This record gives sequence, C-alpha cells and structure tokens, in this order.
Amino acid sequence: MSHEYIPEIATDREGNKHEVQGWQDDFYGGKLGFWLFMFTEVMMFGAMFLVLTYYNTLHHEDFLLASSHLNRWLGGTNTVILLVSALTMGLSLLKMRAGDIKGSKLMIWATILLALIFLTIKGVEWTEEYERGVFLLHGELLASSSMPFGEKLFYGMYFTMTGIHGVHIIIGIGLMVWLIKRINAGLVTPEHHILHWNIALYWDIVHLIWVFVFPYFYMIGAGDVVAGGHHG
Amino acid sequence: MSKTYFDETHTAIGHPKSTFMQWMLTIDHKRIGLMYAAVMFTFFFVAVATAFLMRLELLAPGQQYIDGDTFNQAFTLHGVIMIFLFIVPGIPAIFGNIVMPLMIGAKDVSFPRLNWFTFWLYILGCIIALASLFTDSGFADTGWTFYAPYSLTTDTNVIFTLVAAFVLGMASILTGLNFLVTIHRLRAPGMTFFKMPLFVWGIYATAWIQLLATPVVGITLILAMLEKFFGIGIFDPAKGGDPVLFEHLFWIYSHPAVYLMILPAFGIMSEIIPTFSRKEIFGYRTIALSSASIAGIGYLVWGHHLYTSGMADLAKTVFSFLTFFVAIPTGIKFYDWIATMYGGKIVLSTPMLWALGTIITFTIGGLTGVTIAMIGVDIHLQDTYYTVAHFHYAMLGGVVFLLFAGMHYWFPLVTGKMYDEKKAKIAFYMNFVGFNLLWFPMFIAGYLGMPRRYFDYLPEFQIYHQASFVGAVIFISGLVYMFYVLIQGWRQGEPSGTNPWHATTLEWHMPSSPPPLENHSKVPYVDFDPYEYKNGEPVVKFDYETMKRID
Repeated sequence: MSHEYIPEIATDREGNKHEVQGWQDDFYGGKLGFWLFMFTEVMMFGAMFLVLTYYNTLHHEDFLLASSHLNRWLGGTNTVILLVSALTMGLSLLKMRAGDIKGSKLMIWATILLALIFLTIKGVEWTEEYERGVFLLHGELLASSSMPFGEKLFYGMYFTMTGIHGVHIIIGIGLMVWLIKRINAGLVTPEHHILHWNIALYWDIVHLIWVFVFPYFYMIGAGDVVAGGHHG
Repeated sequence: MSKTYFDETHTAIGHPKSTFMQWMLTIDHKRIGLMYAAVMFTFFFVAVATAFLMRLELLAPGQQYIDGDTFNQAFTLHGVIMIFLFIVPGIPAIFGNIVMPLMIGAKDVSFPRLNWFTFWLYILGCIIALASLFTDSGFADTGWTFYAPYSLTTDTNVIFTLVAAFVLGMASILTGLNFLVTIHRLRAPGMTFFKMPLFVWGIYATAWIQLLATPVVGITLILAMLEKFFGIGIFDPAKGGDPVLFEHLFWIYSHPAVYLMILPAFGIMSEIIPTFSRKEIFGYRTIALSSASIAGIGYLVWGHHLYTSGMADLAKTVFSFLTFFVAIPTGIKFYDWIATMYGGKIVLSTPMLWALGTIITFTIGGLTGVTIAMIGVDIHLQDTYYTVAHFHYAMLGGVVFLLFAGMHYWFPLVTGKMYDEKKAKIAFYMNFVGFNLLWFPMFIAGYLGMPRRYFDYLPEFQIYHQASFVGAVIFISGLVYMFYVLIQGWRQGEPSGTNPWHATTLEWHMPSSPPPLENHSKVPYVDFDPYEYKNGEPVVKFDYETMKRID
C-alpha cells in the first residue's frame, strides 16, 4: 500500500475546510474492522457454550464425572502458558510502538514458541485420552459403547471446542510468522503497525476464549474429586 | 467524453491489460456489485426453473414428471439457491456495493481488497453448493433448513451443501463488516447519521445482523458436519442429543436473516417514495430508527418457527408477543411512506410502480405473518401452503420486488442509459398479476389443509394448483420480459443524463453518467437533509466539477 496518500479537503459554504477520511491509511477503521470480526468469534464460541450449557443442565452428573477425568495439571499448565503468551504478544506491540523493532520481533518469536508448547501439551493430553479409550470414533465414544449419553456429549463437545480452539492457535502461529515477514520487509513499522495491532488483538481473543473453555471443561468436576464425590 | 468506471479500474493484484482480467481482479465497488448482480440473477433463474419444474409436477394429482425423491431435491435446490445464493446476499451485495459508497460520498468501501476477496469467496460457495449436483449421491433432500436428525442420516450429499452455506455465510459476514466500517468511517464531512439516506440506514442495520447472527448458523453447520463425520451425538436423539436444539440454533440466525433480507429492501422503498412524490420523506427519524429496532427485536423472535416442535407454553407466549412487536416498526414505515405520498406530486415511473405494488404485496405478506405468529392459528397452518404463500408474499413480493424496483431506479445510474419505460411498465403488470395469481390461491389451499413439500395431493386441491400454474406461467414470462427490456435498454437505450429522476441523494450528483472510477470529482460537504424538495424540485444543486453547492 502506498504511503503517500494525501487526504482530500471538503469546503463548506462558509469556506471552512474539513479533512475527508479516505479508505487509505485509516488506522482507526482497520482497528474497528478487526474488532467487529472478533465479535463474530465471540458469537461462534458463544453458540457452542450455549450447547454446552444446555447439555450440562440435562446431564449434570455425567458432566461432573467426565470432567473429573480430564487432566487438570496439563490443562492448567496450558492456561498459564497462554496467559504468558498474551503478555509477550502485548509486549511485542508495545515495543513496536516504542520503535524497538528487534525487541518486538523477539517477543513475537517467544509467543510463537509458547503457542507451540501449548499445542504439544494439547497433543499429549489428547493422546492420553485416546489411550484410555476416549476419542472421537474410538473406544468409549463409539455408538456401541455403554458410556452414558451425558459423558459422550461432554467429551464430544470437549474435542470439538478444544479442537476448534486449537485451529485458532495454529492460524495464530501462521499470522505471527507472516507478521515477522512483513516486519522484515519493512511493511510493518512503528508508524504503520495496524497489522501488528490486529494480530495482537486476535491473540488476545484466542487466549480469552481459552480462559472460559478451561474452567467449563476442567474445573467443574474438580470439587467432586476433593470431596470424594457423590457419584459412583 | 470523460472516462467512466467501465473504462478503467483499480485491481487487487498487478496491472492486467485484458479487459477480462481487469474485471476478475477489480476492487472497484461498482464493478463488484455488477458482477454480483450477474451471478445472482443467473442463479435466480436456475431456482425459478426448479420451482417451475415443481409447479409442473403439481399440475395434477399423482406422479407426472418427477418422483418424490427428486421433488425433495428440487425444493431443497430451490430453497438453497434462493436463500443462500440469491436473497440473503442480494440487495446488500448488489446495491450496497454499487450505491451505498456513492450515497455517503465515499471513493470506495473501507476495505476494497477484502471486498474483492469476499466476492470470490461467494463464488467459491456457489461452486461448492452446485458441485453436489454432479456427485453420485446427488443434491441434498433435506430442505434448505437441514433439520436434524434427518440431515444427519440421509444418503444425499448434505455435507457439500453445509460447507457451501458456511462459506457463503463467511462472505456475508465480511460484506457486513466492510459496510459497517465504511458507514462509520467514510461518510462525507458534515454527514451525520441522521443526514444519511435511508437506504444507508437499511444497509447499516442489515450489516449488524450479518455480523452478529451469521456466526451462530456458521457454528451450527460446523457442529452438524462434525456430527456427520464423528457421530458425537450433539443433535442425534439416538445418542442423547436434542434435535430441537438444532432448530433453535438454526433459527437464531435464520429468523434475523429474514430481516436481513427485508431491511435493505425497505431502504430502497424509502429512496423511491420521496423521489417520485417529489416531497421530503415523512418521519425520517422514525424510519431510520425502526430499521434499527426491527434488527434488534428480530433477534428475539426465532422461537415462532418452533411452536409445533416442543417448547414450553410460556416460551411460546413470549415468542408470540415479541413477534407481534416486530409488526409495529414495520407498520410505522408503511404509514410513513403513505404519508410521504400524501399531497406529493406523484410520478408513476416504473420504479414507483414496483414500489407501490410492493406496498400491496408486502402488506399481505406481513399481515398473514402476524396471523401465523399466533400460537393457536399456527398449529393449524404450520407447514401448509398458507405458510408458503406467506413467506413468498413477504420475500418475493417484498424483498425481490423491491430489488427489481431498485434495479429500475438505479439502472440509469449504473449504465448511463434509459430503458423503454412503456415496456418496463408492461413487464411490471405481468409480474404483478402473475405473482398474485400464483400465490394467492395457496393461502386458501393451505387453510384447507394442503401441506407444503408434498409432491402429491388430494383431488380437491387441484383447482388451486392449476390456478397457481397459470400464475407461474404469466409471472415467469413477465420476469423474462423484464430482463429483456432492461438488457435492450442497456444496449440501445437513450443516454439518461446524470439525474433523470430529479432525485436528491448524493449518488445522482455525478460528473458523468455512468460514474467515473473514483466517484464524485470532489467530496462534497453535506449540510443538508437527504430528501429536500421545494415545489416539486430538488433544493440542493451542485456544480459537478467542484461539488460546491450552487443553489
């Protein structure tokens, strides 16, 4: 995009001049557009939470039982990792705005690294579940198994939502690699950092969604284990 | 002769020499809108042909030309094309693109490259949707609503259609997003929200629905796909799921989608009525705000599609009353339009004829909608031809009629030519008569118990189906004739000049007709209301080179 855009001037009948906002170089417009796009993410995950909540009321006991079998340590570690990665991404944006391009890139690399660790841990978790016979199209989740409906729905939604969230993490990594290429090419600079801003915003939403996913899947069954549980 | 947007364009990538590639890569909002129109009307006629095939089958009881399974696929194809490929993207993608930036004095939309990408995303969606016609399992036979659990168990190719609907939904979201930012950021200096033309208000309210409701159906379709691949059981009662949940999630989007279709259409009406009454619109603010409140209330009424699906009585009552409430802002608009005409200098040009026809057809469509929003009446009329007639009166007799009205209204703007008014009026009367003859008998047949989506019926319903058939023949002839008149107009019509209708809004104040690549020669300062008339003539006049007021 060319940077030599000069805004037009409109003159009213008294002769006062008013600057015209063009679509070129509209930093605020770029931010607004991406915020609106993030609304759609919220609505999308919101609908899934709605489904989850509905089945939680229908099969509450099954949900608690299934939740108590998830690995809270791995899930918790991942939560901390994502929170830290949101910090590093935010720092990279601050450094970019302050003119420290090298430091900014370092922070983006750190975010990518944390995201990869997140995905690795997620993979370990899913493997664990696969080995104990809980996976899509496998073992207990097959139509023929005797696992109660509620637990099947819980795990089904668990794989669906963490899976879709994982896809967002992968997209995020791709976006950050692209961002670094754009920075290297001199297309994202402290003066023109809308892309950086929006990717940071994206990463914030991705971690924020996890902040809701984590308690809903991992924590609702936690109390039962400590108290010894009131189910069989 | 100055250059128009047909002569030159900006492109997304590179500087292609060939005219064809310039069109394929164009980021000019006017060209993109025209391409949408070309594709959509092609699909529109495919869907019309499918509908005619069904009418033909229904000419007599028993099986004539197609069997029941093919009939199921035919009404699914008809619904999917009409809803997802034509009417949902329809007015925003065509006229939102072509006219909205001109109306607010912008050079283009906020994200022209995204606009280009969105168009191709839409084309991709169309291709995926139609691809399943050519696979072994054939097109989906579920109806356009994909109700679970049947959509999860049928052998036809539902997956393709679900993916297509998702991709088209994505395109719809991005269009809405683009328009929201455009309207917020690129209005000419001085143009406050309450100085915007009402079509822009319609597009604005619509864009919010596109943005906030479409993701819900997007994820619902994804869940249905996952369900089909992995058998999780989310909507499958055999696995503990609840199929009614699918209906809820589906209609949380798809009912607001109805308002998403009609609001920009109402916007077109609000442009045409004052222009051809040569009079300032009555109740500008109430029309603008009623668009917003229809969009708002429209979110909360989806339950009226589920009266017979199993829902608490209290919920039914609440949904029923909320549905009645939508009729209030809609009624306000109609009274405003009629009050605008009162005492005006009415010019019965073709666009005005279409608008007046719509006042009749949409009123029938809207009021019959209120009758089936009543819980008790709906138990009798749910899934009958009454419902079919109702939504065709509202959608075809409302949205599509106004789309045609807009097409005649902005035709000189887009092409720089004028069509033959006399022939265009004949086309309108053919359409209007054919339309009413086609759908009005269905109200009666439905009331007497003719169920929808059946390919066979009892002999006593034959008279209604035959009347409908005659109507269909007249209507389709009218449609073909209308497009013929318009195409002839484009090829051989007289040059129209920049403002043939004596309209007041900014899109008619162009330096040339058709408009040049970057629209107005200068961005004007807007210190006037959108529809200022005095003694039947526009008040505001511009010097089209400097865009300074000279009145």
